[in-house]
Amino acid sequence: MEPRIPTRMGDGSLVEMTRSEIKADLEAGTQLAAKKAKVPELTQDELDHLLDIYASPARFTAVDIGEEVVLSNDGTGTKHIGNRVQDLQSYETLLGVDMVELWQADYSYKAVKTNVAHEGQGMKIAQALLTNPVQYGAMPDLGRYSKPDGPIPNWSELLPMGRIDEARDAQVEACEMLVEDINFVADAMIEAGADGIDMDTTGAAGDADFLAALTACRMLRERYPWLGIEIGMASEFVLGMHGQLEFDGERLAGMWPKKQLEMVTAAGASIYGPAVNINTGKSTAWNIARAITFIKPAAEVAQIPVHVNVGMGVGGVPTCLYPPADATSRASKAFVEILKIDGY
Amino acid sequence: MGTGDALGMEGAHTQASGMGGMRAAGDLVARMQMTRRMRLKEAKEYVAGKLGCTTRDLSDPVAMELLRKEHGLGLLAMTSSAQPDEPGMMEAKFNISKVLDIPINWVERFKERTDR
Repeated sequence: MEPRIPTRMGDGSLVEMTRSEIKADLEAGTQLAAKKAKVPELTQDELDHLLDIYASPARFTAVDIGEEVVLSNDGTGTKHIGNRVQDLQSYETLLGVDMVELWQADYSYKAVKTNVAHEGQGMKIAQALLTNPVQYGAMPDLGRYSKPDGPIPNWSELLPMGRIDEARDAQVEACEMLVEDINFVADAMIEAGADGIDMDTTGAAGDADFLAALTACRMLRERYPWLGIEIGMASEFVLGMHGQLEFDGERLAGMWPKKQLEMVTAAGASIYGPAVNINTGKSTAWNIARAITFIKPAAEVAQIPVHVNVGMGVGGVPTCLYPPADATSRASKAFVEILKIDGY
Repeated sequence: MGTGDALGMEGAHTQASGMGGMRAAGDLVARMQMTRRMRLKEAKEYVAGKLGCTTRDLSDPVAMELLRKEHGLGLLAMTSSAQPDEPGMMEAKFNISKVLDIPINWVERFKERTDR
């Protein structure tokens, strides 16, 4: 009888599977992703390598010495230990991350705009107390500009009523406001000493959200050639909430990681962060094969660093409050060794 | 990487595959990715070239403690190895800017605002 190996589901629960079952999940994950994104399945060597990583009862796993990558740590800290800057210091000193990010709980450029002077002082204190690069991060978060939170007609209400043109116009108007706000906040943080600007969870509100980030990125790059600019995505696929928006002549709706990377690179970003969300009902083996299949075409052609999102609920790390280190370390090793990524 | 349980997620990543930040030379390699948009291999080779070490040394806290000390690139302030006459955070950033030949925003702002 084939031995059963402890492994994790996408919701973090500990289950036991045989090596054959894990192998079958890896194959199913890559097949599904390949079909959806119209990309190649993982090779047999890659699947075998993933099987070695995932069909192991070890509590922890790691890359080989010398193969380490850069950890950019968007959303640094827990916000529950001391103050925000102390969080950054803890991450620099105790965890040993490579970049840290100052952020506030209402993680949105629109929200930060009203509080930008205070945030700037936080950046100055952080810069004085840390040696690590400190970036400032928030979400583009386009939905904040629609009623009732913002001044723009709500496209999510207009679309079901069939008022397509109005919904599209609303998104374009919101996009213009968002670009202005990202620039406003970024200018202030750069004045305060920021090493970089992070637009995190980009595309969460669809193609207009992504367009705003790309447009703001290009504007920032023109003004600050040295600036670190990270664009991290919300998911593997750009939703076409507008459907017709373009950047450099390319339609944004429906873009998978490789095309996302091309846009982010053209906009002048320093770092691209692909995100693939977890399916909690499937095993972590299924999820990692699916995630790597989606991202592999981007990692193969990247001209800029690729920092895969492997936080809680994305990139093979289970969706649960306390992601288990066995699952996290497996995802960590898998991305580095299969995709040769530049960081997380 | 994103937020989450610090020890189960960020801690696991740093131990599984992280460069170690300023415990080693991860912060320096990160600066090359941010400032020059270098991919990992190129960024590691650039930093190793500037410090006169191998790329493997960049993730080795023992090797890097000596190199950081030699070049004034900053040490963890909480350890007894950081002596009073060694560079603190701001001084270290001046030295990092010089050694890596890159602009560091905080350093440039400091110069600008102390020269009015």
